[in-house]
Amino acid sequence: MSAVLTAGGATVPTATSARRRRRRSLPAVVAEHTGLAVLAVLFMAPVVFVVLTAFMPSSQALTGSLWPHPWTWENFATAFTRAPLARWFANSALYAVLATGFMLVSSIPGAYALARIRFRGATLVFAAIVVMMLLPPQITSVPTYIVWAKLGLTGTLWPVILPNLLGDAFSIFLLRQFFLTIPRDYSDAARLDGNGEWGVLLRVIAPMARPGIAAAGLFMFFNSWNDYYGPLLYASENPSWWPVAYGLATFRGMHGTDWSLTMAITLLVMVPVVVLFFFAQRVFVEGIALTGIKG
Amino acid sequence: MTSPQPVLRLGALERGRRRAALAMLSPTLAGLVVFFVLPLLATILLSFTRYNLLSPPQWIGLRNYQYLFTQDPKVWTSAGNTLWFVVVLVPVRVLTAMGVAALLIRVRRGSGFWRTVFYLPALVPPVASVVAFVFLFTPGGGPVNTVLGALGLPQPLWFNDPQLAKPSLVLLGIWVMGDVMVIFLAALLDVPRELYEAAELDGAGPVAKTWYVTLPTIAPVIGFAAITGVIAALQYFTEAAVASTVASGKAGAGSSATDVLGYPDNALLTYAQWLYVRGFGSYQLGYASALAVLLFVVAAAAVTFTLRKVKAFSPEEAMS
Repeated sequence: MSAVLTAGGATVPTATSARRRRRRSLPAVVAEHTGLAVLAVLFMAPVVFVVLTAFMPSSQALTGSLWPHPWTWENFATAFTRAPLARWFANSALYAVLATGFMLVSSIPGAYALARIRFRGATLVFAAIVVMMLLPPQITSVPTYIVWAKLGLTGTLWPVILPNLLGDAFSIFLLRQFFLTIPRDYSDAARLDGNGEWGVLLRVIAPMARPGIAAAGLFMFFNSWNDYYGPLLYASENPSWWPVAYGLATFRGMHGTDWSLTMAITLLVMVPVVVLFFFAQRVFVEGIALTGIKG
Repeated sequence: MTSPQPVLRLGALERGRRRAALAMLSPTLAGLVVFFVLPLLATILLSFTRYNLLSPPQWIGLRNYQYLFTQDPKVWTSAGNTLWFVVVLVPVRVLTAMGVAALLIRVRRGSGFWRTVFYLPALVPPVASVVAFVFLFTPGGGPVNTVLGALGLPQPLWFNDPQLAKPSLVLLGIWVMGDVMVIFLAALLDVPRELYEAAELDGAGPVAKTWYVTLPTIAPVIGFAAITGVIAALQYFTEAAVASTVASGKAGAGSSATDVLGYPDNALLTYAQWLYVRGFGSYQLGYASALAVLLFVVAAAAVTFTLRKVKAFSPEEAMS
């Protein structure tokens, strides 16, 4: 397979134009679309039921009547009084923004060095990064936890934010893959112009790699926003540091069976991510395709 | 005497380049040592000790491993559950993603809309999607059973039934297959059209074209999806832990969180959760390290296999 996402904005073919079949019978086309439509309804149904339940009065959930009557915003208002939602969102934002910023600062230069500078040991370092990326994080949890506990930082989210200052394996892998799609001629030309390696990276490669950097940043942001294991491990003992993903998981247990309220909060957790997706749709889908390139 | 000088300069350039590479890589190298190599070695050492954070680690030789293999009441239950997800969840997700992608590339009009519909669930934060699914499949009056009841079908207990809890999570896994689907979309669009035309000239029908053209061409991508799926399934944690917490309806904060893991009846207790329970529920950090070493051995085998099979992961491709 060729690289799906390339420098300079060339992208995945988004239309199927190249592969259109010329002869397709009308019944076949109708059958395909009907099949797709049925599947699409099934895939959208969960979200529809979440929305309907979030807008129905608490007493109506689980009664077997699925359409809200009357529609009400009450659950969203109650949500903010029953759970420290503002604090949860603020914690998630802090985690996601700092983790992403730290990752970019540390991982862009590392990925560039691995993609474009020849030096002894490069293959070993790259192999180590891939292995670190693939191995389950639980393998190293115990000693890592012990060190953070000795540093007095358990009970906060710092143990999941600070490590990004020292590079994130998946981001480095993704960025390196992207840097490799930029033809060598550009970096060679920049060197001939008298740039050192930092100059080549900052003046030539980084600007050309903006789509790849955006994809890596978005992945990091989403992964931090969605992270459950890290906050469970380090911050579960201290509710003032809970991010929204962890808070949501504990909410139902603490507030009984008010499903309308729980669905309202669930919806509030989904919305920011989905909105962000619509703003950055192309970058995101292309970035995912990039992780699977070259088979 | 003109030649030595350029050579010298090139050498200096080479040195400068190496120095820059080292500077650029130093945070990454430090991260590899601090968050990977040292913790891995420490885990192995700790697995031979008894340690609870309060008193210093006490060397007990192979006792943790002896307990793990002969006495631990839940280690094989949890390993079996994880294996179940590897064997069932991964193929189901790969096949669904491939099937939907194959349908999607045939759509001419509104392809962006259809793709978004099938991709969107993959974006929903995992915790939110699990909470939503547990609600949808609530036995008494949940939307799914309401619909099943209206159709005159049986209404199972889903996440509250030890037999159905894992299959319920597979349904969730299907719903969020968009991440895998995107990879198949890209792969299917990359199959050279000439191959189909040549097959048509040879009189191949749709089935023959799929079997002899499409599948062999996208085989590496199927392999990639399967292998990364297996590696993800080996560490399956969040979905199962949140499903247990929410379906049990019990408070899930602090150390009491570990009591509900596995609900119902240990059906959802995965290996990674069992490691968490022993390590951070009851602070048996030495024993949890032994569990981690066993996980490492299994995962390392999967990773070694992956590095051989997936070209993107191999350093030989490093320099183009």
